[in-house]
Amino acid sequence: MTGTEAEILLLSVKVAFFAILVALGPAFAVAWLLARRNFRGKAFLQAVVTLPLVLPPVVTGYGLLVLFGTQGALGHTMETLFGLTFAFRWTGAALAAGVMAFPLLVRPIRLSLEAVDRGLEEAAGTLGASRLIAFFTVTLPLALPGVIAGAVLGFAKALGEFGATITFVSNIPGETQTLSLAIYALLQSPTGNEAAFRLIVIAILLALGAVLVSEWVARRLVRGERA
Amino acid sequence: MKMLDVNIAGKIGSFAVSARFQAEQGVTALFGPSGAGKSTILKMIAGTARPDSGHIVAGERVFFDSVTGVSLPARARGVGFVFQDGRLFPHMSVRRNLTYARWAGRREASRSLEEVVGLLGLAAHLDRYPGTLSGGERQRVAIGRALLAEPEILLLDEPLSSLDRDRRAEILPYLEAVANEAHTPILYVSHETDEVARLADQVVVVENGNVGAIGTPAEILGQRRFPMDEEGPVSILEGRVIDVDERYGMARVEIGGALIELSKDSLPVEGGVRLRIHASDIAIAMQAHKGLSIRNQLQCTVEAVELRGHSAQIALSFGRQKLFSRITTKSADILGLKTGMQVTALIKAISVESGRAKIQGKTERQASLKVFPV
Repeated sequence: MTGTEAEILLLSVKVAFFAILVALGPAFAVAWLLARRNFRGKAFLQAVVTLPLVLPPVVTGYGLLVLFGTQGALGHTMETLFGLTFAFRWTGAALAAGVMAFPLLVRPIRLSLEAVDRGLEEAAGTLGASRLIAFFTVTLPLALPGVIAGAVLGFAKALGEFGATITFVSNIPGETQTLSLAIYALLQSPTGNEAAFRLIVIAILLALGAVLVSEWVARRLVRGERA
Repeated sequence: MKMLDVNIAGKIGSFAVSARFQAEQGVTALFGPSGAGKSTILKMIAGTARPDSGHIVAGERVFFDSVTGVSLPARARGVGFVFQDGRLFPHMSVRRNLTYARWAGRREASRSLEEVVGLLGLAAHLDRYPGTLSGGERQRVAIGRALLAEPEILLLDEPLSSLDRDRRAEILPYLEAVANEAHTPILYVSHETDEVARLADQVVVVENGNVGAIGTPAEILGQRRFPMDEEGPVSILEGRVIDVDERYGMARVEIGGALIELSKDSLPVEGGVRLRIHASDIAIAMQAHKGLSIRNQLQCTVEAVELRGHSAQIALSFGRQKLFSRITTKSADILGLKTGMQVTALIKAISVESGRAKIQGKTERQASLKVFPV
């Protein structure tokens, strides 16, 4: 692997990792609302969460550009409040990846929360556990396989994100050029075929590794429960 | 002395429930058919459902009072709840389940883990997970988990209903041990007569969401099992004619494994009969006698003794059949009759209400005849 390739790989992993790290909390909260609460506008929230999955990625990317660009309402606020810039930066790539992966995070978490027997939380209550403690000792551990499944799925999606990323933060080597973007750029040039192929192999190995790790984690969880 | 005072009314959906009773140390059974509202009453006491009005007071502590607006959450009530379906935490070992109240609920139990494990015979299972336990083992863990929550009241919601007959028989002795050992009121919801008869000190009948009769198991179950007729309590026995001795005009009838002899004239030729025996027609002896004109002598176990003024009512069982005897209180005292004693029931005279057609499908004959001592 050349230095440039390593840099691209590292950047891709960094972007995807931070995307999921930041998105996981809000995704869990939204999944909780959808699984456990009834409120006005629940269907609307459900639709908004699913939107990145069904919209053309270019549209999502453009939306992010309008909202989080330097002139955008949210982008301006974030910059003055936290000094956080998204436009044409790796943070923007992470934001785009996180938004695109969001529905894939929410769905498995929601399903696993719905599968947790509420009666067990009730039982925890009669044994003296507060709601918070019951959540951390009963609900969360039982929903964990869903959380991990969502995180792995989201991570894979974030690694491969293309359309929204290139629209929002462009294709800047060393800053926003992740694996998919680099492969695309190489394939555009007449001499890039061989270099592109090497990156494709790396992408395949990376995806394979992620799936294997998630399988391993899932099996360990299951064994812990049945042992 | 810890005591539970319940007087509540409320609704779950469109089903209205009201209950008024008191429970002291010992087992109080909430007894009634499925869907009568027993479990709902239990949930209101536990704090997982809320009544509309009334009060629930345990000893000095007010769990719920609609007048003052007090309603403690379930976790603050200090009740131990054994659910019908166990509700063990599947991702924790038996040990972690048992000690959950201590490490997650911050309840210090006066009983040690070892004590409860010993009481319920769980020593070999501490490191197993609920998924690998049998139904009976699972309910024992659930009972232990509730005991270790240091409950001021123990609530059991049909803890045996999800188990088959053998498993029930396996757990009942443990429940008896818990009942004998506990110093708290225990509420036991069940629709099974034998469980209630075996465990309860007090029976509260629940029907259609309301509390009906309250009394001792003998009072409540005795009335149910032994219907009264105009002459007093009667025993109803199902049996079948085995054969007929033409010379003496006697028929042998098999009842729950025992044989008795009756005049054949009062009986159908063969098949199923239902015998109705008045309580005053059954005498009690401490052992079987040879030199008696009464030949129908059945080995029985005394189930209950109840004194009512000068007469005593004695519930007896042999095999799966039940007998009801009425003797004088003086005789009962002289014999020293107590629950669990082995005695011989002497059946003096029998009124036979036969041809019930239960077994052979014969038409019912509404004859009630007296048969004289055999």
